[in-house]
Amino acid sequence: MEALADIPKAYTKKDFESDQLVRWCPGCGDYSILSAMTNALPQLGIPRENFVFVSGIGCAARFPYYMNTYGFHTIHGRGPAVATGVKLANPKLSVWEVQGDGDALAIGGNHFIHALRRNIDINILLFNNEIYGLTKGQYSPTSPTGLVTKSTPYGSVERPFHAAELVIGAQGTFYARTIDTNPKLMTEIFVHAAKHIGTSLVEVLQNCVIFNDDAHAGVTAKQNRDDFQLHVKHGQPLLFGKDNKKGIRLNGLKLEVVTLSENGITEKDILVHDANNEDPALHLMLARMAPPHFPMALGVIREVRAKTYDEAIAEEREKITENAKYHSVDDLLKSGETWEIK
Amino acid sequence: MSETLVNGKKTTTELEKVVIRFAGDSGDGMQLTGSQFSFTSALWGNDLATFPDFPAEIRAPQGTVEGVSGFQVQIGKIDIYTPGDQADVLVAMNPAALKSNLQFARKGGNVIVDLDAFVDRNIEKAGFASNPLEDGTLADYNVVEAPISSLTKTALEGLQLDNKSIMRSKNMFALGMMYWLFDRSLKETEKYIDSKFKKTPALAEGNKRALNAGFHYAETIEALPSMYKIPPAIIEKGVYRHISGNTATAWGLMAAAERARKKLFLGSYPITPASDILHELSRHKNLGVITMQAEDEIAAVCSAIGASYAGQLGVTTSSGPGIALKGEAIGLAIMAEIPLVVVDVQRGGPSTGLPTKTEQADINIAVFGRNSESPAVVLAASTPANCFEFAYMAAKIAMEHMTPVILLTDGYLANGSEPWKFPKTADMPPINLEEAKKSNGVYYPYERDTEKLARGWAVPGTPGFEHRIGGLEKQEKTGNVSYDPTNHEKMVRTRAEKVERVANYIPDLEVQGNGDGKLLVVGWGGTFGGLRTAVTELQHANKKVDFVHFNYINPLPKNTKAIFEKYNKIVVCELNMGQFASLLRSKFPGMNILSYSKIQGQPFLVTELKEVFIEHLKD
Repeated sequence: MEALADIPKAYTKKDFESDQLVRWCPGCGDYSILSAMTNALPQLGIPRENFVFVSGIGCAARFPYYMNTYGFHTIHGRGPAVATGVKLANPKLSVWEVQGDGDALAIGGNHFIHALRRNIDINILLFNNEIYGLTKGQYSPTSPTGLVTKSTPYGSVERPFHAAELVIGAQGTFYARTIDTNPKLMTEIFVHAAKHIGTSLVEVLQNCVIFNDDAHAGVTAKQNRDDFQLHVKHGQPLLFGKDNKKGIRLNGLKLEVVTLSENGITEKDILVHDANNEDPALHLMLARMAPPHFPMALGVIREVRAKTYDEAIAEEREKITENAKYHSVDDLLKSGETWEIK
Repeated sequence: MSETLVNGKKTTTELEKVVIRFAGDSGDGMQLTGSQFSFTSALWGNDLATFPDFPAEIRAPQGTVEGVSGFQVQIGKIDIYTPGDQADVLVAMNPAALKSNLQFARKGGNVIVDLDAFVDRNIEKAGFASNPLEDGTLADYNVVEAPISSLTKTALEGLQLDNKSIMRSKNMFALGMMYWLFDRSLKETEKYIDSKFKKTPALAEGNKRALNAGFHYAETIEALPSMYKIPPAIIEKGVYRHISGNTATAWGLMAAAERARKKLFLGSYPITPASDILHELSRHKNLGVITMQAEDEIAAVCSAIGASYAGQLGVTTSSGPGIALKGEAIGLAIMAEIPLVVVDVQRGGPSTGLPTKTEQADINIAVFGRNSESPAVVLAASTPANCFEFAYMAAKIAMEHMTPVILLTDGYLANGSEPWKFPKTADMPPINLEEAKKSNGVYYPYERDTEKLARGWAVPGTPGFEHRIGGLEKQEKTGNVSYDPTNHEKMVRTRAEKVERVANYIPDLEVQGNGDGKLLVVGWGGTFGGLRTAVTELQHANKKVDFVHFNYINPLPKNTKAIFEKYNKIVVCELNMGQFASLLRSKFPGMNILSYSKIQGQPFLVTELKEVFIEHLKD
């Protein structure tokens, strides 16, 4: 095998592109996500061989084939479990797990919440297009009630999941939301997520051009950008709208949209974003905001530091090893009650 | 058998082997009593085999048949391969224990009961219409009615112990009686008590007093007519220890990981009777073991697959219901061609079935239980101790051949224990792992070793070997996704051939017998002890019966066909409806392969097997 490179070389976007033909539908939002990722990785200073992309099943799950890193395309919904094994087996790896909304929140819902609960230091990307694409157009657990699909010809009667609520319910330490139409924001958030120690969950509002086109147009369409996107930044007031004239105020236990200079509102009245607050109450309220009454919050909504699963395991091992009375399997075989037949 | 007078009245009877069964309430400490008796007997030099038989409920209502916990041990001066068919001595701590265990006692044998427990309320709770000590139920047995509870109470008078603690010591009284009856020393159990109750000297004293009181009581009373002497067995020289199947499995996996210089990663979800492997491995994190109690069976196997992909030894342990859930993931490991050890501690099924009882009905799911053409290597351990060897071999084959290996044990092996002359890890066969190679500067993930057909195991973190694998069909050599029809057929056949070629690396079958018998008895897995004992006893009686036992199920040892061809009649004995017999018939059509099966959650009895074989020898 080749010698380990001591200093990570300066990578370019090209270094992370595999030789495989990308086979998503023309116009699919996944192309821009892939491009944002190959832009983000060279910024991290991590040797290429230490990146692992794991995925389950679905359109999103083809992602690893297009990355020139280590990659493992596994089975439906189980990506987080496989990624957990990868990280525990070799904690120095930078492990990325790519899921769609069906993969993560339907068949893989259990692994999704337990990865977050354990806070293993991996990065999960959730491509949310509110539809099953690879199986050609059935409603997903994030589809809005009433959505007409092949399996809901009269409209879905189910209530959708909101990823952020699951993240916070599972005591997740990092939640960010971005959109496939904003490459700059995606790249920024991927870098941010990579640097977070613990499970990072990045929800990408992604467009399925074939089966659920314009699902996120209420937020992403050009005419809606100003009024329905709020780019949150830790320590910054929650301002949005053309010329940043609108803002979010906490009124009692509710958020409300206010306009600067109207009714005596000044910037002092505007909520300042604290992504590092342990208490997730405000993060949840921000994450739940949606048109038509609110803008959609984009950016890093929650980022708190808690001991990770891999750290806890390493600490435990160190402690046990210090006090261990045996140091090999041979020692163990001889331990306890033995007797000799002469 | 010889008899001698002791102290002018008691005699000593020498026996080759004897079976003792302890039965009581789940909270009565019967498992501990049985294992102490076993340990003392092993130190004395007897060969032995044990069989704990406990309920699925942790503490079913006291005094009910559902809550009875049993422990059977056979000790002897000859080779002992089973815990015995029927108990020569049954110790029943209450009416419920008598009710559910009398069926395991030999007519004419000794039944020792705690007389104090035979009060109306308990008798009724156990489901007896009248007092079994008075109504002739026990007419065929030598009954010893010992007031164990009250004598224990008397013996512990003056100690600062509450009534509950005093009553918990009564198992030691019963054990003391057994030690007298079988001429055993109290020393080892006293040592054990001292160390167990180091922090509570009153409890230590109480338990030791109860033990001694039981010993002296047995010596004094007239009801036990004779002491028994079971001389030491002629056992191979060496250092021994006790080992249960589950512990042996855990240690075998650890030995393989250590030998291969890998971390052992266990992903597991609690399930009876496999959980003890998770418990055992969780204790040894200082030896590089990582255990994760996963959120479900699927996460357990998937995390193990992830760990193997990342270059360590990935293992998952479960029982039938869990294996059913893991099927798709095992298929992924087959497609991705990465090492994986799946331990299936079989139990009675289907569905939840009989969680604490043994069965061998998972051979079909192990060999065939996945979608499409999904060959995996299948091994089966056959004694509690050799779970070590086969766990080691499972890991060795998985890593050397880049394949999932399913190791079948069962509830009987898992919880049973026996003395074990343990090896040094250096005596185990080496594990040879070759580094992944490049051809002309390029790494091809599916380039294969020409002998084994195993692909290279390039692990994340290795520069220059970045590659993608997954569950989609692979193009040969490059490993790229391929939907090419002829490539698919080639890959399906190659995966099958890879598993078949494992046969070149496993030992031949050995026949017990002279090879000219007209009847060949075939077994596999945990039924070894009973089958071997039955065949050996018939061979000593000059019956023409031979025996082979399989530890390698898929692929089969290479000489299987050559052996089978020598016999007119082959009878495959297994604790299921004939799954291995069906497998053998499909591999060797035209041979006279018969099936003898039992599906009662209990192991074979030697007596029933002998009857079956004698019947087969008649025609």
